Amino acid sequence: MTWVNAVIQGLLLGGQYALIACGLSLTFGVMRIVNLAHGDLAVCGAYLGLVLSSALGVPVWVTLPLLLPAAFGAGVILQTLLFGRALRHGMLAPVLVTFGLSVMIENLLQVAATSDPRGLNGGALALASFRLGSHITVSWLFMTAFLTACAVLSGLQLLLSRTSWGRKVRATADDLDTARLVGIRVRPLFATVAGIAVATAALAGVFIGTIGTFDPLEGANTLIFAFEAVVIGGLGSLWGTLAGGMALGVTQVVVGQVNEAYAVLAAHLLFLAVLAVRPGGLFAGQHAAREAREAPGVLG
Amino acid sequence: MNRSTAGKQAREPTGVPVAVSRWSHAASAFTAASAVGVVILVAVPYVAGGPAEQPLITLLTFIAMASLWNLLAGFSGLTSFGQHAYLGLGAYALYLVASRGVNPLAGILLAAAIAAVISLPVSAIVLRLSGGYFAVATLVVAAVFQIVATLSPSVGGTTGVSVPGLAGYGPVLREALVYWATLAVAVASVAGVYLLVRRTFGLDARAVGSDPVAAASLGVRVGRIRRLAYLAAAGGAGAVGALIALQTLYVEPTSVFNVQYSVYMLFMVLVGGMGTIEGPILGALVLFALQEALSSYGAWYLVVVGGLAVAATLVGSRGLWGLVSDRFGWSLLPIGYRVRDRGSR
Repeated sequence: MTWVNAVIQGLLLGGQYALIACGLSLTFGVMRIVNLAHGDLAVCGAYLGLVLSSALGVPVWVTLPLLLPAAFGAGVILQTLLFGRALRHGMLAPVLVTFGLSVMIENLLQVAATSDPRGLNGGALALASFRLGSHITVSWLFMTAFLTACAVLSGLQLLLSRTSWGRKVRATADDLDTARLVGIRVRPLFATVAGIAVATAALAGVFIGTIGTFDPLEGANTLIFAFEAVVIGGLGSLWGTLAGGMALGVTQVVVGQVNEAYAVLAAHLLFLAVLAVRPGGLFAGQHAAREAREAPGVLG
Repeated sequence: MNRSTAGKQAREPTGVPVAVSRWSHAASAFTAASAVGVVILVAVPYVAGGPAEQPLITLLTFIAMASLWNLLAGFSGLTSFGQHAYLGLGAYALYLVASRGVNPLAGILLAAAIAAVISLPVSAIVLRLSGGYFAVATLVVAAVFQIVATLSPSVGGTTGVSVPGLAGYGPVLREALVYWATLAVAVASVAGVYLLVRRTFGLDARAVGSDPVAAASLGVRVGRIRRLAYLAAAGGAGAVGALIALQTLYVEPTSVFNVQYSVYMLFMVLVGGMGTIEGPILGALVLFALQEALSSYGAWYLVVVGGLAVAATLVGSRGLWGLVSDRFGWSLLPIGYRVRDRGSR
């Protein structure tokens, strides 16, 4: 029964990884930027949640209507001031700029908030749980994080495939110059995509902060796990990312059941093994795998 | 052989012989001055003694790190932010060979070799990715190395181990030996990278760095060039890591596998000037000055370092050396060729 429990907890953990990863996927898919500060932006979201919820004296969920628009605005500003400019300096510039930004964020957070670990006030939800059968207890918080991830992924999928905004995004992702030729205004489009990516990161940060603790340097680990979920699931596939996150989560929890010290190592090794054996990703279909190999970010 | 054909092709259309050369008067003067500079640096322990050695050790370590990262990112387009993986590996390798009785100075070479050998299978995996994905994959590799070190009781786990060091020598000689070893590694890194990129490899690497698809279509073996650059940079980082172990005499996972080293490399190369030999040296001087001025401010120091790296990228990716060479037309360690007889210089 402990094993079944471990698998269930792992699957739920995978949802959190996917929630962080979908913004990373979106930014890369549309703007061709691998945002190395994505994890740090998630941690910023957690700190913002901490400030707002302690200032207003409410659980962090109540502050989301303030927090998410703020994160969206931050994404728009970052895209306009930094990422958009970096893109004009060639392929390597965005990598260097986002890494520099990540260093700045981590150290500014250390200056502003010290390196003490913090946690967020999750209200009644943080302690609630329900039972599956007689042996397995599932936390409502984990379940909510997982369902939120599924909702965000479905929402993004719908936005991209059904709306005119989504058509513009897909056209721009396919061919930037042609998209411009047919009259798509690329800059505001990129700004909204960056805004959505940062808002999802902040939402993920709120879950990270409610489920566990966070400190200014948490962003690096967050980025690594999100990135591993993207690669394991197969580049360019949102549902693949969820599957990749679940594979990571299950590996981590099941190995942790045997020996806690090896849990994170096992997740990293799973990623390296997938990269060595199936660089197109575990869950990508034939078509997606081929696309991933041909994508500019990957030379197989 | 590329050089002679390049000369011939240039000659044919016009019918006028065109001589190309790499060297210039400025370059000769600079090389001579550098040789004198190295001799002076070698003499420092005799003349100035210990107090002058410590800051120079820091500066020379920076120069070696910057030159090696420049080979990877500046010339070959491989932005690895996980080079601290090989610094740590080199430090642990030094501990392992030194504790088996090998002279630690010889151990530096062994550590470099061990880092290069281990980087070979790693390169087979991470070089499947490029750009930002490659960058994050190198961070994963560094995390894996750090966890493995933490989980290995034979190298002290989380508490770390003290390096046997140069126990047989007196304290003054010991410090001088570490200084000379650092100087040797720094000179070897700069000279090694310079000699390497002057060859056809340099031309190929720059082609791969600026456009891998175009380079491949012209017959450049992209995978081989990338692997060679990755191996050389890893070996060099292994030597630098061994030096860090000798300087601090203690190896501990969180300090040797610190991502801060990779941040420094990025800063020095970006601010100094990517893809030139002179730039990283200039960047190392800037970082050294910045560290002297700001290190008491703690985290703010790294905020400034990160911010300047971002600014250097956005203003124009050619760095301080780019500004200098545009202004004065200098090329002190040239890697390209120029037509000799037309210009006045």
